Parts: sequence; structure tokens; C-alpha cells
Amino acid sequence: MERYNRHIILSEIGQEGQDKLNQAKVLVVGAGGLGCPVLQYLTGAGIGTIGVIDFDIVSKSNLQRQVLFGTSSLDKNKAIAAKERLEDLNDSILIKAYPEKLTHQNSISLFSKYDIIVDGTDNFETRYLINDASIITKKPLVFGGIYKFEGQVSVFNYNDGPSYRCLFPNPPKAGSAPNCSEVGVLGVLPGIIGSMQANEVLKLILNLGQNLSGKLLCYNALTLQFSIIKINKSDKEIKKVVESSSTFQNRNQPNNTCEPMSIFVSIDEIYQEDNIQYIDVREAHELPKVEELEITSIPLSVLQTNTTQIDPTKKKVIFCQAGIRSKHAVLLLQQLNINNCFSLIEGASQINNHIVNKQNEITNER
Amino acid sequence: MNISIKYFGLIAEITHCDHETIDFSESSLDELLAQLYVKYPRLKEKEFQVAQDQELILKETVLTGKEIALLPPFAGG
Repeated sequence: MERYNRHIILSEIGQEGQDKLNQAKVLVVGAGGLGCPVLQYLTGAGIGTIGVIDFDIVSKSNLQRQVLFGTSSLDKNKAIAAKERLEDLNDSILIKAYPEKLTHQNSISLFSKYDIIVDGTDNFETRYLINDASIITKKPLVFGGIYKFEGQVSVFNYNDGPSYRCLFPNPPKAGSAPNCSEVGVLGVLPGIIGSMQANEVLKLILNLGQNLSGKLLCYNALTLQFSIIKINKSDKEIKKVVESSSTFQNRNQPNNTCEPMSIFVSIDEIYQEDNIQYIDVREAHELPKVEELEITSIPLSVLQTNTTQIDPTKKKVIFCQAGIRSKHAVLLLQQLNINNCFSLIEGASQINNHIVNKQNEITNER
Repeated sequence: MNISIKYFGLIAEITHCDHETIDFSESSLDELLAQLYVKYPRLKEKEFQVAQDQELILKETVLTGKEIALLPPFAGG
């Protein structure tokens, strides 16, 4: 076949390898900076079935790096616009466009239809969702992530290898890791990283060379430094995902920002943290008081008119008697555009118990 | 002893350098991080993993290697 001649004449691929590519099914999540080069090379290589899922539309600021799109694609859905361009590039394969958001509900059935999943998304919520759905459906995941002038590439869940959670078990906190639209990105960088992802996909299908399973490749476009870091599998992290699989599809879908959905924290999570303003939204007469922490007291009934007492530089942790008023307080503050506010799950007496227990632990250790 | 540390992504923005060598007399990674948190308090806000001689390590690990790397996750795509 003339189209794939340059593959077929490679002795490492040949007609046999090309047939493997034509039989493969690859799903690319996100048709953005990373997804575009991945899709372009997979389509050129003749992957038989390519799925592309993206809910977003093409905007002018995408054209600096998202190489599948042109001026005529503006305001079109990215999955649809990508499909149009890719079908022109290769009309002998099947391109399926899913102009929707990946969710806990649709990911399992979608992933089940493909052999390999590619992560080209731009936020942590979806990255963890993709990782978990890949573990549950037992699909290898080709991962790429970028930040300004740097990129990371890896292969997860391949032949019982490590997953994204083995590398980063804790999803980053709200606002701690911005994405391209917030901090900018060198246009060619996703081209480099996405091309490496496409290369990993081809190697997995062709069983060629060494892939990045168990390794994180870090690339710096400014210094031209490549580092490869060895990642060990954490059975504990993978087991947690597997055990949650029965309830996976019932979970809330992620939003499309870096902010985690949860406004709730437990005292155990934040007790050791600094730079926190604890706010008691109970009325002044309510007991018990929390004596061991520095507390700002602003009853919920007067919160709206007393926001000057709230420290904008600190993380606000709000509590009450049972965790209900504190939740209302967080929602109220969010409406007032006061961010970085969390509601403590525990009430005042549980907070006191926790502090006493922690202090006893410390005493016992001595 | 001297330890060479590499910083990646937004970690390097906090430290204002992508690598440095520091004098370190303790033994565990936990102690090294405590020293770095004093030097760069904003590191505490960030999620990152640590590698020693190109291999990811846990916080209790005793440092024996020559090169430490602080790796944050990248959201962008």
C-alpha cells in the first residue's frame, strides 16, 4: 500500500506491523495542544480506529499550538473539527468524534471499546478520572502533561505496571498547579510532547523498543535536558481504585478547571497545616468553645456584613456545631467571591476530641 | 555533605533556580525537606514527588544518592 510505504519498508515494522496498526483502536481524550499532534501522527500512521473526545470549542488562542485547526475551525467543537481534518488526512481509517465531556458515567463504556487510551487533557480532575477508568477497564494509558517550557511523558497501567496515582497519589490542592490558559505555554512544546506520546502508542502496538512504562520522562525545552525518573508501582494506590470500581460510575463528574469539587475538609487533613484562619460560625453562647486553636468568631447570621474579619491571605476553615452551618457559610462566601474557604466535616466537640487525641499521641511518642 | 538538587516546573519558580547544591548534614529526605521548607516556605503549598538518582523515593528514605529532584505534576495539555 503506497500510503504506508515508508512504514512497510522498515524491517522493524513491515506489512505485519502495519496490519497491527490498522487493527488497533486508540482513544484520545482532549483534542488540544497534546491531542492534536497525537491525533495527526496516529491518523497518518493508519491506526484503524481513532476516537477523539472533547467538549470544548476551537478559539483563536488555540491556533498558536493546536495544529489540526485553522481559522475555518473557529467556534466548532474540537472533536468534530479534528475529525474533519483527520478524515482529509487519511480516508482509509475510522475516526469517531465524541463532542462531549468525559465523565465517571461515560468513561467505562467508552474506554472498553479501545485498546489504548491517550491523555491529552489540561486539568487534574480529568487526569485522575482517566487514570482510574484505565485501571478499571485494564487499558494502557499514554500520559502527557506540560507546563510553560517543560513536559512529562509516561505509560501507565501497561502490563501490570505503575499508574498515575503511583507517581502522584495526591491530587494537587486548589489553585496550586495552573494550566496553560492561566500561565501560558510555548506553542511548540505540546507538539514535542504530543509527538512523544504518539511514538509511545506506536511502540506499544508494534511491541518495538522500550516504552515508558515505569518511567517518567521529563523534558525542558529551554535547557534541552531530558531526565528519565524510575517510578515504582504502588499496589495500595491501584487497589484503592479497583475496590472503588463498583461505585465509580455513580460519582460526580469533574468540572473543567483545576479546582477540586470538594469544599469539605476533615480536621485530620488540615490540623498540621499552617496559614489557616479557623472561623467559628456558631452564635456566641454555643458550647463547647475550641480553646486550643486560634479562632475568629463570626456567627453565620452576621457573616455577610462582617467579611472584613476574614483574612484574604489565609486558607479559611469554617466550623460550627455539626457541619451544616459551616457548609452554608462556605457557599455564602463563595457567592461573595471570597475563595479558599472550606467547611470542616466535624463539629466543635469532635474538633476538641481530635486535638486532645493528637496531643496524647505526641506525649506517648515521647 | 553536599547534595545536588534539581527543581522542575513551578517548583523552580519558587526556588528561582533549576538546580543548586546545598550543604546537608542529616540523613533522611524528611529532614532535607524540612531544611528546604525553611529556605523556601512556599514549597509547602505545592504538591511534588522526590527522586533520588533518577528514582522516585518515599519521605522516610535515607539519602545516599548524589542527585535529588523535586517533581511537580503538570496539569497542562
